[in-house]
Amino acid sequence: MTVSTEVGTRLAAFAEAVGPTGPVAVVGGRTRWDLGGAPTEGTRLVTAPVGVVDYQPQEMTIRVGAGTTVADLNQVLADAGQRCALPDRGGTVGGALAVGQNDIDLLGRGRVRDAALQIDYISAEGRVVTAGGPTVKNVSGFNLPKALVGSLGTLGLFGEVILRTNPAPATVRWLHAERAEPLPVFEALLRPAAVLFDGQAVWVKLEGHTVDVDAESRALEALASFREVEGPPPLPPHRWSVTPADALRAATLPGQGERFVAAIGVGLLFADCPQPARPADLAARQVADRMKQLFDPSCRLNPGRRP
Amino acid sequence: MTDELEDELRRALPATQVRGSRIRRRRGSDAGRSRVRTDSAERALLRRDASVFDGGVAGPVCFPETAAEVQAIVRIANAHGRAIVPRGAGTGLAGGAIPLGAPIVIALTRMNRILEVDTINRVAWVEPGVINLDLSKYLRPMGYHFAPDPSSQQVCTIGGNLANNSGGPHCLAYGVTDTHIIATEVVLPSGDIVMLGGLDPEPDGLDLRGAFVGGEGTLGIATKIAVRLTKNPPAVRTLLLSFGHVADAANTVSAVIAAGIVPAAMEVMDQRITIAVENYVHAGYPIDAAAVLLAEVEGLEGGVQIDADRIGEIGRAHGATDVRLAASDRERALLWKGRKTAFGAIAQIKPDYYLHDTVVPRAKLAEVLAQVYEIADRHELLVMNVFHAGDGNLHPLLIFDGREPGVLDRVHEAGAEIVRASLAAGGVLSGEHGIGVEKQAYMSEQFSDDDLDHQNRLRQSFDPHCRSNPGKVIPMGHSCADIQALRRVPTGVWG
Repeated sequence: MTVSTEVGTRLAAFAEAVGPTGPVAVVGGRTRWDLGGAPTEGTRLVTAPVGVVDYQPQEMTIRVGAGTTVADLNQVLADAGQRCALPDRGGTVGGALAVGQNDIDLLGRGRVRDAALQIDYISAEGRVVTAGGPTVKNVSGFNLPKALVGSLGTLGLFGEVILRTNPAPATVRWLHAERAEPLPVFEALLRPAAVLFDGQAVWVKLEGHTVDVDAESRALEALASFREVEGPPPLPPHRWSVTPADALRAATLPGQGERFVAAIGVGLLFADCPQPARPADLAARQVADRMKQLFDPSCRLNPGRRP
Repeated sequence: MTDELEDELRRALPATQVRGSRIRRRRGSDAGRSRVRTDSAERALLRRDASVFDGGVAGPVCFPETAAEVQAIVRIANAHGRAIVPRGAGTGLAGGAIPLGAPIVIALTRMNRILEVDTINRVAWVEPGVINLDLSKYLRPMGYHFAPDPSSQQVCTIGGNLANNSGGPHCLAYGVTDTHIIATEVVLPSGDIVMLGGLDPEPDGLDLRGAFVGGEGTLGIATKIAVRLTKNPPAVRTLLLSFGHVADAANTVSAVIAAGIVPAAMEVMDQRITIAVENYVHAGYPIDAAAVLLAEVEGLEGGVQIDADRIGEIGRAHGATDVRLAASDRERALLWKGRKTAFGAIAQIKPDYYLHDTVVPRAKLAEVLAQVYEIADRHELLVMNVFHAGDGNLHPLLIFDGREPGVLDRVHEAGAEIVRASLAAGGVLSGEHGIGVEKQAYMSEQFSDDDLDHQNRLRQSFDPHCRSNPGKVIPMGHSCADIQALRRVPTGVWG
């Protein structure tokens, strides 16, 4: 997977493909294509560079083309005993960052927004711009990668990114109890990777040293009848973002439908029905609109989409 | 004009009231005292921060107690075309809080209440003037702490941590401040009050919360902050490894990470600083070692023991002459006290120091450290190294006596070479101190014109007229509006 070409060459070629004029969007795996609105008709579609550019496991960083699939990225990381925060849902690295949605086990894996150390993107002017820096710790200048993650490509089109990686845990174990109280389960554990609750049953993902996973498994046995399972339950189709407190009382939230799975301690909720629109903070909206206007005055990047 | 400004500010901030608190009453009391100070002594105090940089000129100094008062000050400043500079404890080392252009200084130290601890949402709402260590001490009996722990944590504020996206030894495993700020109420430079982020994991819209963190006071003023609560680990092991060579300590750090272990902290001190620290705190640091590595692992008992054993083995394989495990909480606390007071300890040697802050890839630590010693020698300066080795975050301390003619020039020249050596090794300008005025001139060496132009666009999204902490972070050539804000100063009035 490692690509040997010069770092700048592929970015320059991508910048040329994006060009300085006309509506343009990057197409990745199309797994979240309609999120925030599909690109308007007549938008030119381009693809981002593909492949691992540089991987230094001991630095806990990897530089990849944004067009690389998350599956390919994960394979390279797994071969070196590492992983990262990006969820594998059949899409690309650039897509996962542009969408910014977390995996259900974000308590173990980390948040997507914290994974992007550096983003090299193509600006609305067709120029290569670097946000952030290559090291795991960096406060040189403003926190521009944070504005980019979750922006749906409306501020810049991602070409290459440097991601923070982490050691993969020695042991991963999913446990399931048909009936359990989710809060005592969550509070009994030091750092569970996930605690899921569907109103009756609880699923727990434990990970780390085997001895620790064993100890936490034993602690859970005191709370309910847990048994080991393959993985999480199937998730209902619609993703909600609520407070952890609301996730605990998910059954009483209006409009979520018959079935739900809530990520306890996090606030992600998967439900039968879409989340009702949430009131926007108008002053925040003004800042976001000004940012869009400053970064993309002609609204040529992913027109029709709004994060 | 000036009298009018003062009058308006005084009307907005009537003399001190004694406030109640839901959880914690603010400390100290100076009831009846004006909260708008214009006397030269008070303003002179706030001309500087903890950096070596001088040249600040403070305008009126305001001590608001509520977001509404901060908002009123910002609106008055706007009406008078004056810049504002927010200020916490003034512990910044990059000159970020220095008032340039006689701005209205908004000192947030009176907004120091812990408003709410919400364990269900794993969050504490605090005002920006809450001191970092006070918060963790308050949370500890509840089983939680605030993970970022800068060395200045006994005095620095959460608002300052947010503005600088501060780090600290334990950010290796837990992440820097950004990771631990969930939401923040902000008074924008326009005077509007906005909530950025939220208690839910994926708020709608752009991540303006993330963009705001690390803004160094140029994007607005945080008036209420939701910080993430981190559960206290049941088991902790603190190891002290001694080495005959600094490079061995640095290479051990790389090897630990390569072995798949991410300790809570990995800190290296060279012999010079170790001696100074040991004379200061008597923690039992070995003064004959060329370098020591302080490594800490946290978590559940079983895994912690495995990691501690493995770190010891890796250290020995890389030349550690001694591996010591802190035998008690007291010994552990003493070792950390030594590490965190290292900068105070050097006062025994010379009266002044300049603390640098760059990051290099871990694999380049030994190589860049060798360059740091060579650079200091060439400039006839004493250098000590104490740093967050796990993050590759170097902190060379150049030690000097400011009364010596010409020494500050040599300090700055050596500093510039250290910064450039770090960049040449694939590193970055700052790991946790920020840019402020200190590293503005170097920004062009890490970033292209296009990169800086886009950082300035982010700035202008929050502050179109560049009136919040003007003259910081972005080099002047890329931030024309700052020049206008600075020129608008009524010269001579506040000098």
